[in-house]
Amino acid sequence: MMDKIVLAGFGGQGVMFIGKVLVYAGMLDDREVCWIPSYGPEMRGGTANCSVIVSEQEINSPVIELADAGIVLNQPSFDKFRSHIKPGGVLVVNTSIVEIGSIPDTVRVIAIPASDIANELGKPALANMVCLGALLPSLSLCTMKSIEKAMNKLVGKNKPEMYELNMAAIQKGLDVAAAMK
Amino acid sequence: MEKVLLKGNEAIAEAAIRSGCKLFFGYPITPSTEIVEYLSKNLPKAGGLVLQGEDEIASINMCHGAAATGARVMTASSSPGYSLKQEGLSNLAANELPVVIVNINRAGPGLGGLGPSQADYFQCTKGGGHGDYRLIVLAPSKAQEMYDYTMNAFDLADKYRTPVLILADGFLGQMMEPIELKERPAVELPAKDWATNGCKGRAKRKICSYALTNEVMEGYCLQWEKKFAGIQQAEQQWEEFYADDAEYLFVGYGTCGRIAKDAVLKARAMGLKVGLIRPITLWPFPEKAFAPIKNTVKGIVCVELNAGQMIEDVKLAIECKAPVVLCNRQGGMLPSENYILDAMLKNFNIAISEGV
Repeated sequence: MMDKIVLAGFGGQGVMFIGKVLVYAGMLDDREVCWIPSYGPEMRGGTANCSVIVSEQEINSPVIELADAGIVLNQPSFDKFRSHIKPGGVLVVNTSIVEIGSIPDTVRVIAIPASDIANELGKPALANMVCLGALLPSLSLCTMKSIEKAMNKLVGKNKPEMYELNMAAIQKGLDVAAAMK
Repeated sequence: MEKVLLKGNEAIAEAAIRSGCKLFFGYPITPSTEIVEYLSKNLPKAGGLVLQGEDEIASINMCHGAAATGARVMTASSSPGYSLKQEGLSNLAANELPVVIVNINRAGPGLGGLGPSQADYFQCTKGGGHGDYRLIVLAPSKAQEMYDYTMNAFDLADKYRTPVLILADGFLGQMMEPIELKERPAVELPAKDWATNGCKGRAKRKICSYALTNEVMEGYCLQWEKKFAGIQQAEQQWEEFYADDAEYLFVGYGTCGRIAKDAVLKARAMGLKVGLIRPITLWPFPEKAFAPIKNTVKGIVCVELNAGQMIEDVKLAIECKAPVVLCNRQGGMLPSENYILDAMLKNFNIAISEGV
């Protein structure tokens, strides 16, 4: 089994951080993982994106033609990545600031007003974690438990309050997405 | 053993520290900057020093001075910066000084794009600077190998008193993968009884490769030729993947090597006898890998991120006994496993039998 995930948004929306949480979660579960940042001019303004592969087998090709799942936090990312999800795959869309245009009907869209939810949680920067929560049930190799371990590793020791906030946002995203089904 | 997540560039830097590298001279350039960044933070803690030279030329010549004292020293750059180091590298090769150099390729000539590329193959494997010399060139394909090969590079440099190059692309440099921070088992290396580290209490030493008498100069050249011939015999490294019974072969190194593995697995699932030879040393090119198959292989696809460079060495290695075709992407683009498998099926008219 293998999860190939693309993550995209504005620089500063915490796209790379979603990737890091996923990749640490995979590694701490003894999976094979790799994290691929976009580089070059894309990192300096405009969209930022990264890809994560979590796998039970050795990861040979790190090239993702079509992803199993994705999160898009802004409009340019939606426009770019809507055609990069494989049939049967999932795309989490931050509908607070993204208008869902045409998208192949083979892709399951999880539309979630993540920025609004993050505002309600008191921290607009948490939209990324809300989306991660919404995506979680659709991933084959990642559970809430492994996310907890990863978050603990990434922010836990130094910033316990950030750990709580991030985990609350993930839980909220998970709940909202579940209620929409 | 616990694994840590590191970018490929950071893996190189960490391996350098754990290999006893005490000095780093360089000038930052994307996509190799994380090496300088990581070392600036961590090498001083390990008792070493990082110095940003005023440019690449100064940096490689600082490496020259440091290596002459017997210290383990490294520099890193990317294509345009690597070009600037060529005069210095030629001098290092001539004076037989051990230095580890890293070139995280840019794409294309000139300033070059930042995406993954193998456009510097010729420059890196055929010498690069003036004169008749080679660098030992190691080509990792994942973060763990960035780590392992760097450790190996320091040992090879000391063993042969020669500059050793790690050649990779921006994808490998910036991709993050789990790494086991293995300690390198102690390797027996020749004493540095040539180092010019202060002659108090012993006879003077001289590191010099210049002679105006042709007879003397020829003597130097013969010595270098013998050394490089010895390396060529002893140090060829490669990885085989389903190669022993393969009718068709991929040849690719670095990122292309790992993509080709997935193409091999797909082909095998279709019942096709396809394999891969992944050169690990680009110089010396692993000719020995091709000796057992050159009379039997029906066709080879050479996968490269350039306009076709290693393909020349592949043709030489099989003495042109089978057709070799190029499958490539350039400018920072990567081929997918489907793209390169397609190239193989089409070029060699391989029919996929029904029902598989």
